[in-house]
Amino acid sequence: MGEFFTISVLIATFASGVRLATPYLLAALGETLGQRSGVLNLGVDGVMLMGAFFGYWTVLETGSRLLGVLIGILVGLLMGVIYAIATLVFKADQGISGIGIFLFGLGFSELLFLEQVGTPRSIPSFEKLKIPLLGDIPKVGEILFNHTLIVYIAIALVPLLTWLINSTTFGLNVRSVGETPSAADSLGVNVNKIRTMTILAGNAMAGLAGAALTIQLGTFQNNITNGIGFIAVALVYFGGWKPGGVLAGSLLYGLLTAIITKWKTLGIVSGATASLTTMAPAVLTVIALAVIARRSTTTPTALTIPFSRGD
Amino acid sequence: MKKNIRILLALLSVFALIVSACGDDDSDSSGSSDDGIRIAIVAPSAENDLAFSQSIVDGVGRLTGVSEVAITPGTFIVEEAATAIRDYAEDGYDLVIAHGSQYGGPLQEIAADFPDTAFAWGTAVDTFGLPNVSAYTAASNEGGFVLGQLAASIGSNVGIVGPIAVGDAKLYVDGFQLGAEAGGASVNVTYIESFSDVALASETAAAFVENGADILTGTAQMTVGAIGVAEQEGILWFGTQSNQTSAAADGVVAASQVYHWEVALQSLVNDISSGQLGGNTYEINLSNGGLVIEWGNWDVPNNLSDLVDSVSQSVINSEVTTTVG
Repeated sequence: MGEFFTISVLIATFASGVRLATPYLLAALGETLGQRSGVLNLGVDGVMLMGAFFGYWTVLETGSRLLGVLIGILVGLLMGVIYAIATLVFKADQGISGIGIFLFGLGFSELLFLEQVGTPRSIPSFEKLKIPLLGDIPKVGEILFNHTLIVYIAIALVPLLTWLINSTTFGLNVRSVGETPSAADSLGVNVNKIRTMTILAGNAMAGLAGAALTIQLGTFQNNITNGIGFIAVALVYFGGWKPGGVLAGSLLYGLLTAIITKWKTLGIVSGATASLTTMAPAVLTVIALAVIARRSTTTPTALTIPFSRGD
Repeated sequence: MKKNIRILLALLSVFALIVSACGDDDSDSSGSSDDGIRIAIVAPSAENDLAFSQSIVDGVGRLTGVSEVAITPGTFIVEEAATAIRDYAEDGYDLVIAHGSQYGGPLQEIAADFPDTAFAWGTAVDTFGLPNVSAYTAASNEGGFVLGQLAASIGSNVGIVGPIAVGDAKLYVDGFQLGAEAGGASVNVTYIESFSDVALASETAAAFVENGADILTGTAQMTVGAIGVAEQEGILWFGTQSNQTSAAADGVVAASQVYHWEVALQSLVNDISSGQLGGNTYEINLSNGGLVIEWGNWDVPNNLSDLVDSVSQSVINSEVTTTVG
C-alpha cells in the first residue's frame, strides 16, 4: 500500500479520477435539466452510443475532432427530437420510451459500425491543454488544470447550469413545469415547449458525452459506453437534481474507479479481493442513493407525468 | 386527430410485424446441399470485435464445404444465446456453433432435443457424452508464451490487461506472463472483471504506463481501449485471438497470436458431410497450425523472427512450461 501513497501516484490517480468522471458528468448534467422539467430519459446510454459512433466515424473520415464533437451533439439533438415526439406528442410512458431509445441506440450504432467501418480502427485523441498559471500550481495544477478541453467544458457547465436553473426566467419555468405544470400553464408558461427544450438540451449533452468518450479513447467498440448512461441517471438522483451534487457524485464515482484501478495495477489488491473492489463504485452509488432516499427528497413532483391542458 | 394518428401508427406497427414475420426466411429447412453444409454461429460479442467472436467468424469463413453461414452475435446473456441456438437447430442448420464457454448448460439440453443436428461448443472440452456434440478449445497459453518471450526481448516492464480470469483469456495471460518472466521482464497483470469495458481497459493500460510499462498486452474485445493507450504513448502492443494490426497505426501492434479455428473445425465439417455429427474434442495449438503468430506492420528484425521460431519449437517440443498450475 505504501507505493500508492506517494505524491506522484496520488496526483496521477486523482487526475485520472477527474478524467474518468467527465462522460458521467456530461450525461448526468443533461439528464438533470430534463428531469428538473419533469422528463425522465432512461435512454441516455443509447443517445451516448449514437453520439459516440457518429463522433468516431466523423473523426475517422475527416480527421477533425471538433467536427466529431459537433456531429455528436447534433446526433444527440436528433435523438432528442425523437424522444420529445414520443413522450410529449404521443405521451408515451417515459420509462418505456427511454428503454426504446436505449435499445435503438445500442442496435443502430452496432449496425452502422459493422456496415460503415468494420473493425475497430484508431482515431486521433484529444490533446491535453494545460491552463496557463493554474496548471503550474504544484500538485493541484496537475490534478485539475492539465486536462483536455472537454473536461474543462464539462466542469464549466456545472456553474452555468446552476445559474441557468436557479437565476434565470427559463430556469424558473423549468422548475415550475417540473413541480406543478398545471400551475405553470395557468400562468402562461408553455409546458411542452419548455420540456422540449430541456429534452433537446439534455440529449445534446448525452450525444456530446458519447462523442467525447470515443474520441478520448481513440477508438470505437460496440457498446463502448458499457452502461455509463444508466449510471448517469442514477447520479442525478445522487446529486439531488442539482448540478453541483451531480458533479460531486461523478467525481466520487470517477475517483473510486481510478483508485481501484491503480490498486490493481500496483498489485495492492489481487485475486478475489480485486474482484470485490471492482464493485465498489457501483455499491457506493447504491448506498448513497439509499441514504438520499431517507432524506427529504427534492424529486421534481411531476417527474414522468405527461402534461395535458385540462388534466 | 391525435387519436387517429395513434391508431394509424399502431396499425402500421402491427403491419410491419406481420410483414417481417412472414418475410422471406433465409433458412432452408431442407438441410445441407451439394454445395456444402449450413453453419450457424452464436457468439457473445460482435462479429467485428477484433477478438474472440471475430476469430470464429473468420475461421468459419475459411472453411470449405460450407454453403451458408448465419451469425447471431452479441448474445453474452446465456438465455438469449440458448434461444438462438435452438432457433438455428429448428431451422435445419447442419452445424450450430455455440462460441462461448458459458453456453454449456443450455447446449446440453438443446443438443439432446435435436439428435440430427451437429453442435460445436467452444472454448470447452466437454461433449456431454452426446454423439452430436463436439468441443473445441485453444491452447492460447502456447502463443502467449511465445509473445511473452518476444516482448521481453524488446522491453522490460510488461502490463497485461485481462478481462475475467477464465477460459482461454486466463490461459493466454498465464502463458504470456510465464514467457515474459522467463525472458527477464517484470510483469503486472490486472483483470478488469469485464470483457467489454473499453474505458476501464484504457484506464488500466494508462495506469500501467504511469507505473513504467513499456510493453502492453491483453485479451478480449475491450482491449481496443488499451491499444489506444499504446498508440498514444508510443508503446508496443501484443494481441491475441484476432490479428489486431488494423486497430492502430503502423508500428503499434508488434504481433498477434491469431486463432485459426478452421484447423479444428474443417475435420468436423468433413465428418458432418459424411454423416458423423460429432463426439470429438479439438484443440488448436502451435503444432497443428491452429495458432499462428502474425506480425504487425513494422520492420521486424531478423533476430526477433528467429526468436519466435525457436521459442515456438520449444513449446511444441514441450521443453518449456506455458501454463500455471
